[in-house]
Amino acid sequence: MGNFLVWVIWLLAAGACVATGLRVITAANPFSSALSLIGNLASLAVLFLLASGEFVAAAQILVYAGAVMVMFLFVIAYLGGRADAPWAGGTRLIQTASVIAAASLLAVVFVALMLNAGDRLSDEASVTAAFGSPAEVGRVFLTDHLLAFEITSIVLLIAAVGGVVLGMRSAAEEEDADS
Amino acid sequence: MMGPGIPWYLAISSILFSIGVAGVLLRRSPLIVLLSLEIMLNAANLSFVGFSRLFGEMDGQIFALAVMAVAAAEVCVGLGLIVAMARRRLALDVDTLTELRG
Repeated sequence: MGNFLVWVIWLLAAGACVATGLRVITAANPFSSALSLIGNLASLAVLFLLASGEFVAAAQILVYAGAVMVMFLFVIAYLGGRADAPWAGGTRLIQTASVIAAASLLAVVFVALMLNAGDRLSDEASVTAAFGSPAEVGRVFLTDHLLAFEITSIVLLIAAVGGVVLGMRSAAEEEDADS
Repeated sequence: MMGPGIPWYLAISSILFSIGVAGVLLRRSPLIVLLSLEIMLNAANLSFVGFSRLFGEMDGQIFALAVMAVAAAEVCVGLGLIVAMARRRLALDVDTLTELRG
């Protein structure tokens, strides 16, 4: 019974994931795109949970669906009508080529998986209940991956400084705005 | 595990990645291109978490968290660029921004 329930939840989340993903790239209104991406991230968090990634799922909801997407929505609101873009770029040929490129990438990945992975993907390691818990993530971050942890903070700092510099109004722009 | 195995995770991950690629190639609005990039990063994250579960090692989840931080940094700079473009009254259309084309 529990098995069946896990399958149902997994398939629902996976279906929602693909559907909202398609909606992100097909919606004409950037607001619906951004809102669909929030749904996409939330259903991905469900998949993370079912793969024992509890902390990653929580971070996904808090950082991604929360903070990052709110920033997106603010910018879309700031741009207003200017954010509305024509649906697709280029000629019919470029559009067809883009779809073919994406589809063939999918085919290549599938074939590579089927050929190389075989049945090695089926025997999963048994994990304890602590696997993926915040305590375990914190322990690994502060022991084995301390350097990555510290460098991540520097990357975020540089990005924050870059965002501020890009957002500053230069003197030339002020003159532009006045004239 | 009682639920779907790792191949299912990889299938969803590759489908999502292809959706992201199609979005980046098809759409002209830099905003939607950024959103499609997010889809691609998350597809990679799903693979990381799935493989982490397969091998019973935490390293994959750590990498997924690092990808999340990099995505936040990328959004910060990308949205800054889009706002700067809007301030300079440039068209928000990646096909018309050809100044740097060689």
